[in-house]
Amino acid sequence: MVHSCSSGHPGGSLGCADFFTALYGGIMRYDSSNFNMDGKGEDLFFLSNGHISPVWYSTLARSGYFPISELSTFRAIDTRLQGHPTTAEHLPGIRMASGSLGQGLSVAIGAALAKKLNGDDRLVFSLHGDGELQEGQIWEAAIAAPHHKVDNLIATVDFNNRQIDGDVTDVMSLGNLKAKWEAFGWTTLEMDGNDMGDVVATLEKAKGMTGQGKPIVIIMRTEMGQGVDFMMGTHNWHGVAPNDEQLAQALQQLEETEGDY
Amino acid sequence: MSIHDLNPTEKKDTRSGFGDALYELGKEDDRVVGLCADLTGSLKMNAFADAFPDRFFQTGVAEANMIGMAAGLTIGGKIPFTGTFANFSTGRVYDQIRQSIAYSEKNVKICASHAGLTLGEDGATHQILEDIGLMRMLPNMTVINPCDYNQTFAATKAIKDWDGPVYLRFGRPSWPIFASKDSFEIGKAWKINDGSDVTIVATGHMVWYAVLAAKELEKEGIKVDLLNIHTIKPIHDAAILASVKKTGCLVTAEEHNRFGGLGEAVAQVTTTAFPVPQEFVAVDDKFGESGKPTDLLKKYGLDVSDIIAAAKRAIARK
Repeated sequence: MVHSCSSGHPGGSLGCADFFTALYGGIMRYDSSNFNMDGKGEDLFFLSNGHISPVWYSTLARSGYFPISELSTFRAIDTRLQGHPTTAEHLPGIRMASGSLGQGLSVAIGAALAKKLNGDDRLVFSLHGDGELQEGQIWEAAIAAPHHKVDNLIATVDFNNRQIDGDVTDVMSLGNLKAKWEAFGWTTLEMDGNDMGDVVATLEKAKGMTGQGKPIVIIMRTEMGQGVDFMMGTHNWHGVAPNDEQLAQALQQLEETEGDY
Repeated sequence: MSIHDLNPTEKKDTRSGFGDALYELGKEDDRVVGLCADLTGSLKMNAFADAFPDRFFQTGVAEANMIGMAAGLTIGGKIPFTGTFANFSTGRVYDQIRQSIAYSEKNVKICASHAGLTLGEDGATHQILEDIGLMRMLPNMTVINPCDYNQTFAATKAIKDWDGPVYLRFGRPSWPIFASKDSFEIGKAWKINDGSDVTIVATGHMVWYAVLAAKELEKEGIKVDLLNIHTIKPIHDAAILASVKKTGCLVTAEEHNRFGGLGEAVAQVTTTAFPVPQEFVAVDDKFGESGKPTDLLKKYGLDVSDIIAAAKRAIARK
């Protein structure tokens, strides 16, 4: 997808592939054949770090929300698969625009509160980048969720320690992230986002901890560019598309992704 | 209906029109939820908050999060009404409104008090004069600036059933009550007076001053066609054009910067369909300052006498 339009964000997308596969492959309950905005009786997912749209679109298509063939329209004119996710094109599976960072946690809290008011016992999931946590609004939301006892929300932070200008530690260190979330009143779990067994087990554990008066956050350690050796260990593939040669090289390492092309 | 029918004896703040209507909406429709960023009393949201604690969300001094939460609450069918001062309802949270509400087409009602100079003594940090412009520029956004308690009450009731994001702008001072609660319709101008010499289009608190100006002008033999445009977007083109075709000149009056507000919105209608000379009664690209509301209106060129002078200038340019 990213190669065919020569733009997009492959690094974070690859790092979160296991998470998305687990979420839509068994963790969440949803009806992709009957998408509606309200999603009553369904689990909801909000992608706050909208730039990793490739992995989300790819997952949504494989989960039955729209044809896999539509993935080839990513970022092209007239596409429903905008560079960053939007509701404006009415792509099934998407309930909120994202791209400008830091807004998704507040939205997820609102959607979770609506579920409570509606007597809907399904859950709300969200994903955030680690660089995104530098946005102040995230911490406004972090204060609000425990205050309002939003215990039907499972937020996940993609902690790959990479952002556009370099390592998160160098650009604007997040310090002790686990201690921060705990201090704000969140039940805080950690997992290896590139170990499918750990991802599934931790998400199941988190589901089991809902309904106890506290929101839940999972700090998910991932490797940006996971599975493609030349994309790993650097921040350089945050928002750069591979060329023909690099694509061929990457696909040789990740055979299961060839269906996209 | 003419200006002679308007002789109000009662005054009330427009924000109370909002608070009273919100409480009624709470009783009528359990989809209505309220959010407030630590200004519940100032926004007159106490009655709603006390009666419907499960549907009222205190967000603390965190307006960005309030806007995002409101957007999220629409998913599941709620109709959120957010409340804070106009400055913190718009400028402070512009990108949140742009992405999470306007672009995402979320059914949030952004309700903003203490707009404009008439906030008074708190001064320029709180007296936003750019908010109509900011909100007008957002696709999908409806912008309403009612003129008194009754119109604010009616507008608050009406926006509940209006599908899509709304910016509702009202204020702090006690102000004459002269509009009808019953005849309000989103997007439809209120024709206050028929006249043939000059059109005056006013919004918000300035509508009452425009009524006073029209009464004075009539004493001098100048007949004013007076329109209240409460809905600045979508604007009532037909009412404006019908009026200027009759009078051939135009004055706009608003408690806002001359850039981005009602005056420009009206000018866009006339210049593309029926150009006429226009005079702007608006703040001349300045920040406000501390003072009593009516003293500030006078100092910043928004007094009754300023509307009268502008009408005469417009007529002279015909």
